[in-house]
Order: sequence, then structure tokens, then C-alpha cells
Amino acid sequence: MSNTLLDFAAAIGSGAVRVVDLTFTLSPDFPVIVLPPEFGQAAPVRIQQISRYDDAGPAWYWNNLTFGEHTGTHFDAPIHWYTGKDLPNNSVDTLPVRDMIAPACVIDCSAQAAQDPDFLLTIPIVEAWEKQHGRIPERNWVLLRTDWSKRGWRDYANLKDDGAHTPGPDVAVMRWLVKERGVIGFGTETIGTDAGQAGHLDPPYPAHHFLHGGGRYGLQCLCNLDQLPPTGAVIVAAPLKIEHGSGSPLRVLALVPNS
Amino acid sequence: MIEPLKRPRRKNPLLRTRLPTSPPRARSRASHGFTLAAAEGRFMLQRCGACGTFAYPARDACPSCLSADLAFVDASRKGTLLSETTMRIPADVHFRERAPWRAGLVALECGPTMVAHLHADCQEGQPVTMSLQLDKSGQAIAFAHPERETPNMTDDKQWREMTADPKFRRVLVTNGRSAVGQEMVSALKAAGASIVFVGLAEPWKPFHGEEALRALEGVQIVPLDVGDEKSCTDLAADIGGKVDILVNTSEHIRAGGLLDRRGTSTVRDEIDQSYLGFVHLAQAFGPAMRFRGADGVNSAAAWVNILSVYALANWPAFGAYSASQAACLSMSHCLRAELRPSGVKVVNVFTGPLDTEWFQTVPPPKVAPRAVASAVVSALKRGLEDVFVGDVAEDIRQRLAANPKALERELGG
Repeated sequence: MSNTLLDFAAAIGSGAVRVVDLTFTLSPDFPVIVLPPEFGQAAPVRIQQISRYDDAGPAWYWNNLTFGEHTGTHFDAPIHWYTGKDLPNNSVDTLPVRDMIAPACVIDCSAQAAQDPDFLLTIPIVEAWEKQHGRIPERNWVLLRTDWSKRGWRDYANLKDDGAHTPGPDVAVMRWLVKERGVIGFGTETIGTDAGQAGHLDPPYPAHHFLHGGGRYGLQCLCNLDQLPPTGAVIVAAPLKIEHGSGSPLRVLALVPNS
Repeated sequence: MIEPLKRPRRKNPLLRTRLPTSPPRARSRASHGFTLAAAEGRFMLQRCGACGTFAYPARDACPSCLSADLAFVDASRKGTLLSETTMRIPADVHFRERAPWRAGLVALECGPTMVAHLHADCQEGQPVTMSLQLDKSGQAIAFAHPERETPNMTDDKQWREMTADPKFRRVLVTNGRSAVGQEMVSALKAAGASIVFVGLAEPWKPFHGEEALRALEGVQIVPLDVGDEKSCTDLAADIGGKVDILVNTSEHIRAGGLLDRRGTSTVRDEIDQSYLGFVHLAQAFGPAMRFRGADGVNSAAAWVNILSVYALANWPAFGAYSASQAACLSMSHCLRAELRPSGVKVVNVFTGPLDTEWFQTVPPPKVAPRAVASAVVSALKRGLEDVFVGDVAEDIRQRLAANPKALERELGG
């Protein structure tokens, strides 16, 4: 076992295994989810300087941070949604650490998303992907590549007077991925795991509904998915250990064999 | 006859920026009655409650009957310029660098003779109209205007020292997303501001009026999220030296007080956007404005806060919002004191509920955003420090002065 791990470390050192950063920089100007104003809002990222080699601290630089659990590139735990509220180990401080490292299947829908901001991933699209790349194994992440992360912030949030228009999964595919494929989680490049208009689906927000109801996880605001192969990458996604936390910004890394 | 003010040329970067100086500041406690009047644009004198004599300068006993009952009351602004003196080489540093400077004696219609700074079109023997103004030290002085409007009247050199006229000045409006912000931009452009920088937080969120705002000439949209310290310092790094007037139109209005709200996230948002936003802006833009208080025709001139009148007395229906406004009001007095050596004015414009979405269920009278913008421009042009816009604001002020305890009970419902 130890030999395997050391081989793995050596592979990273030699570049045989590439480490791809799937994370946006946590910054105040990164768009956050917008709820109707009468609801509580996610606190935006704020970075307050404590000192920077100045009279508040002559030799050191450090900051105070505030942010909501669901800001920047972040992780959703099952407790985030009502469907997962009674599950065991459903918050970021209790979820099994072994779930934080898992392989990923990357489904490239960038062409469809470029044509239609309201593009929805469906079972036939995933089945077509499986014909080419094989059945999605259990306990894998499914990552939806849309190249949405390459857009400017306004097009990225894509807010219109009837809400956000961003791609995501439809109801059937989410139920199917959780129940029939046993995915460990679902990840997107957009602000949520659900489509911008997913509040109008039945049930609303199917990714949240089925993932968290099934004890699975969400990753959103991912980038660099275009650097991942359809299969074979391993995702390291370890959220902060926040007491009763419903999610957390985190560094998401993909380990990719350099073939 | 006054020459029209010329649009200032770009600064010669080889020349030192002149530092602000203050005219004499010392005043007696009694004469701060003039300060109060000047701050609100009123003309008030002491009048004896026993014999009715008007007194000037301010004093503690009636010059006619020695009664101590000398309250400040609104008085007639009319007078006649008895004599005029032009000071060519004053001993005082502040006036020396502004010389020649004209002052005179004005016989007031109501009795006393007053020492006044003179508008250039005031002539000996002619009638004048008086006002009380706050000078560059923040203290009250008397100012004599010609009785009737004269050409380019507001371009008078001495008058401009008393005001923060937007003409040819560069203004930062901190939030262009709101109705008040957008009306503010239009009003400032109409008042002759050479450029209006308009702050825009979260530019990825579309907003009503955006196209019209972007189409305005002489308007530059800049990234500014007042709740974010770095956003403020970043913008100040770019334009801090060009902001002559800052109008803080940031707002975060939510209904509710303490017990019917769960948790503190809304309170935090209110504090972040209102109070901390003010602090961030002040720390980012205040130092350069303080430095540029005497920087020529387009010197730094004023900082404007738009505050709810419920900063003065808590309105429990909007209780947490009132508290955030009270914090801003308190801090505005701190900023005013810290900017005073520079001659930069801090103007507080108090409004009742605005005719905007967040006060939808509040019955009229409500203040139109355009009325707030007009009041701000008027305050800048007249050199005021405290302005109450609309019936509700005026009503609250009067009830607070009459009986604060009664107002507390009445606002509590």
C-alpha cells in the first residue's frame, strides 16, 4: 500500500499525474447566488486587512475573512436541503472523509450550453456518453462541463428579469444519477448545481432535491473542467470542517493521468 | 459685474498643491446660535424677549434692557451696505492668500449693524440681502448679497469660498443602482459638474435605468462596492485625487426591528452597507479630500451623506435600519470634525421615507428621489450642513426638539 502511495507521490513529482485546480479565486467580486430580497442572503466574501507590515503589525501580513458557506467554488452537504436534513453525517464536519476523494466522469455539454443558456442535461445525453465511455461507476462524481466558467461575470450570472438563465440537470437525470448510478455527487461550473430556471421544475431544484435527499454532494462554481478527461480523473474536494456546516468554499483539485 | 468662472485647466504637476488654511475659528458659545442657523440656511439673530430689541454680535444680555432672555429667532434678511473695505494685504494667512477680500458694515432693517463678507456686486449705499454661512473653518459668518440677481452671481470668488458648488467640480456618486443615485447623477450634471463618477457594485447584476445611465455624457461608471474595504481603496487609488464632492447614495433599507427578526444576518447587511460602507469610503477618500481642500477652483469641497431622519429617533417599524442610520449620523460628526481643518464640508441630508420600493407599504407623504437630489444640489450651492427634505423629516425634527420622549412614544406606536 505504502509503495502505491509513494509511487503516486512520485508521479505527481514527475508530472505523470497532473494536478488541475478546479477552483475560482475566493474574491469579493465573484458573483454569489441571488435570492429574492425578502429572504436571507449569502454574505459576500469580505477580506479585511488586519495588518500588512505596518503599524498594526510591523512584521506580518494577515486578513480577517467573512463569507457565506455557499460563496465562491463551494461544496454542498446533504443538510443544505430539506430532503437531507435528517440523514446521518449530513454536514461538512461529520461527512465521511473518504468521500472527499473520488473519481469523476466529465460530460461535455459545452456545445449545447453555448447554444442555449437554459440547456438541461437529460438521461439520453448521459446514456449517449456512457455508450462512448462506459457506464458511470458507483461513487463517482459526475461533472457537467458547460464552459460557463469562461464567461464574463455578467454573462456568467446571466440574470434577466425572470431570473438566472444558466444550464443544469433536468429532474429525471438527477433522480436517475442518484438512484440508478449511485453517484457520489454532481458538479457544475455555474453558480448552483441546478439550472438557473430550476425553480420552475417539478420538484424544484432537482439537483439539490435528489442529491441531498440521497446523502450525496454538490460542487459548483468549478472551472478548468475542459482540462479533464471524460473518465480517469480523481477529485479531491475537502470542505472546511465547519460545525454543523451546510457547505463551504474549498479548493477543488483534480488528479489527471498524463497520457 | 462678475467674470464667469472658467473651467479649470489640468493641474501643473510640477507645482506644489497648496495646503488648506482656516480663517479664525474662535467663537463664543452664544454665537454658535449663528452656526446653527447657518448650517440650515436660516438667518437668525438674538432678540430680547423682554423689550424686542435685536442684538448683534451675540451676547448674554440685552444691550437695551439687560434682560438675559436673548433667544435666536428668524430675522429679516434685508439691510443696506453702509461701508465697504477691501483688504489687500491681510495679516491672516487664510485671507492673505485670498486677497483682495471685501468686507463691510451692513445696517440691518431690524436694527443692528453687522460685519459681513461681501459679494462682489454689493455696492455702498445699496440694499443687500443677508445670509449666514459656514466659512472654511466651519464657523458662521455673515454674507451680504446684492438685492437682485446679477450676472454670473454664483461665480463670485468670495461666495464660492462659502459653498461647495458642483460647477466644474468632479463628483463621486457612490451607488448608481438606486433611484436616488440616478436622480443625483442627473441633478449634478445639470448643476455643471465636470464629471460624475458613479459607483456600481456587483456589475454582473442588471438594474433599472442602466442604459440611460451609461448613455449620459460626462458620467463615468466605476466599480465600487462600499461594503468591501478593498473595493473602496482600489477606487480611491484610481480617482481619489479627483473627487471634489462625494455623495454617498448607498442604501440598504429593510423593514423590521429586533424581536420579529430571526438571527442577525439582515442587521449585519444593514451595518455592512450603511455604517461600514461609510467608514470604508471615509478611510479611502477622506485623506485625499482633506489634503485637497484648497486645490484651486475644483478643490475638494464637500462630503454628502443621505440619511434617514430616523437616525435622530428610532422608528421601530424600521428599527434596525434606524439604528444603522444613527451610527452613520454619529460618525458623520466625527468626519466633519476631522475634515474641518481642510474646509471640506460634511453635509447631512435627512429624508423621511422615500417613494421607493422598500417603503411600498408606508403611506404618503413620501419623498421623491428627485427631491432628494435637488435638495443635495441646493445644499451644495448654498453651503448648508444640515438639510431636512420633505414633510416627514421636518415634522420629526420639530417633534424631537419639542419633546423627545413624546416622539419616542409616538414612533413606537
